[in-house]
Amino acid sequence: MNSVQLHEYMSRTHQRRKWVDRWMSGLLFLAALAALVPLFSVLGYVIWNGAGYLNWDFFSKLPKPVGENGGGMANALAGTCTLVATASLIGVPWGVAAGVFLSEYGDGKLGTIVRFATDMLASVPSIVIGLFVYTLVVVPMGGFSAMAGGVALAIIMIPIVARSTEEIVRLVPVHIREAGLALGVSRWKVILRIVLRGCVSGITTGVMLAVARVAGETAPLLLTSLNNQYWNLGITGPIASLPVQIYSYAISPFDEWHGLAWAGALLLVLMVFVVNVLARLVFGTGGSGRD
Amino acid sequence: MTAQNSNSAVLQIRQLDAWFGQHHAVHGVSLEIEPKTVTAIIGPSGCGKSTFIRCLNRLHEEVPSARASGQVWLENQDIYASDVDPVRIRRKIGMVFQKPNPFPAMSIFDNVAAGLKLSGIRRRSVLREVVERSLRNAALWEEVKDKLTAPGTSLSGGQQQRLCIARALAVQPPVLLMDEPTSALDPISTAKIEELIQELKREVTIVIVTHNMQQAARISDKTAFFLMGDLVEFGDTSTVFTVPKEERTERYITGKFG
Ligand SMILES: Nc1ncnc2c1ncn2[C@@H]1O[C@H](COP(=O)(O)OP(=O)(O)OP(=O)(O)O)[C@@H](O)[C@H]1O
Ligand SMILES: [Mg+2]
Repeated sequence: MNSVQLHEYMSRTHQRRKWVDRWMSGLLFLAALAALVPLFSVLGYVIWNGAGYLNWDFFSKLPKPVGENGGGMANALAGTCTLVATASLIGVPWGVAAGVFLSEYGDGKLGTIVRFATDMLASVPSIVIGLFVYTLVVVPMGGFSAMAGGVALAIIMIPIVARSTEEIVRLVPVHIREAGLALGVSRWKVILRIVLRGCVSGITTGVMLAVARVAGETAPLLLTSLNNQYWNLGITGPIASLPVQIYSYAISPFDEWHGLAWAGALLLVLMVFVVNVLARLVFGTGGSGRD
Repeated sequence: MTAQNSNSAVLQIRQLDAWFGQHHAVHGVSLEIEPKTVTAIIGPSGCGKSTFIRCLNRLHEEVPSARASGQVWLENQDIYASDVDPVRIRRKIGMVFQKPNPFPAMSIFDNVAAGLKLSGIRRRSVLREVVERSLRNAALWEEVKDKLTAPGTSLSGGQQQRLCIARALAVQPPVLLMDEPTSALDPISTAKIEELIQELKREVTIVIVTHNMQQAARISDKTAFFLMGDLVEFGDTSTVFTVPKEERTERYITGKFG
């Protein structure tokens, strides 16, 4: 092949490459669109149906009895907050402790077992967790309660928090730990006061993602915290929550309740969305969590 | 252990061996380190310099599968005796690493105060005094005195390394180990740290690993030359660099290998 032929050949393949390149870009664009379509259609649909009902009454009023118009989901909103807070109180320390164990001592046999158990727990269907808490908390306590709901959500949070904590803590380089040890600080103090301190923002991100995940759980709550048409008192009684309230309104025969269910769904989606965005923002501002 | 330290040495190392699993990295090294001197450890890469000095504060054993045996006498105590708590030993033997490693998410102040704070000292006035003294000793005070609350990681590499020196000095260890403390730094920061070492040796005994022959010659009183886990030669720096006893030392110093 002489140089003229070579040149011609190269310009031909160049043409072809450009053409293929354009097609592939187009395909990729379509693929990206396809990935976004489900999210935006859900969002659009929820907004379309629910926005009209998302008014002040919705946030401030209790549900009305059958037959009366109006009412809101104030108790369900407060209930979801209570449930998530209870779940976090139990699940966050537990999950963080498990995550720290996995990152610091997780290379042995016990670590492998714990990691496997954590992964298993993460994939247990949430209804099964609800059933478990039902027999373990609801039955002995003699009734449905916010406490039981919180425990169920906590069990769902633990593996999420544990694995994200493990990943974050593992990122702290060995030489930081060694610097602590070389100062004459005991191992557990190095972990607690030096290593974890640098991980606060990362762990917070993991916790927030776990919160976003459990805020919308419905199945385990049906078996644990049930529902409540009034303001709940304390965590020992049944409590309303957005997902369960959405569920019971959605299967009702009344148009207005359908509308309220959509509004509840919209609120839930917005909450989860905001928590997700916040979580990324927290992590975005200096992954090492500067003071 | 009650055996007495017969001479003036601050550190007496006797028959020190170190392993990584099956790999025998330091072979029966014995040497004595005089108080308020600078001892340079030189030798080609992988010869066991880091392993050796990490045995002196029992940091070596923190590596999974690593172990050490032998005796290291510090202030009439064998730090490898079975009843010795390595955590307490490490308060007496500070360490500065190759890569500056200030604690993340801690201010300059907190970095320096960390050793004291984590051993339970809370008095603000005490902490302030120690932080200032340590930063002055590390020749960093003038540069950071107006931003003590800034993150330690916001300083330049050379400043971070001096911060790490200040952090080590804050617990007032009689011995300071330095593992290639300037190899990640520019010439100006290196010069500053060399100058600092000369100042520090009035108070502390320094053992420094270096790859830089000129540095060893400039700043050390004694030099130990390691080769493949063996201590080949140990003596006054001027002697080791001008009339070494061993041919292998001479060949290394003159750049024939390593
Ligand atoms: N964590 C480890 N696990 C297993 N072997 C190791 C480990 N660290 C070092 N070694 C081995 O021990 C020997 C001594 O290593 P050491 O780090 O003490 O060398 P060095 O003299 O400090 O080298 P350099 O000048 O490159 O820092 C080398 O053969 C090395 O491969
Ligand atoms: Mg080394």
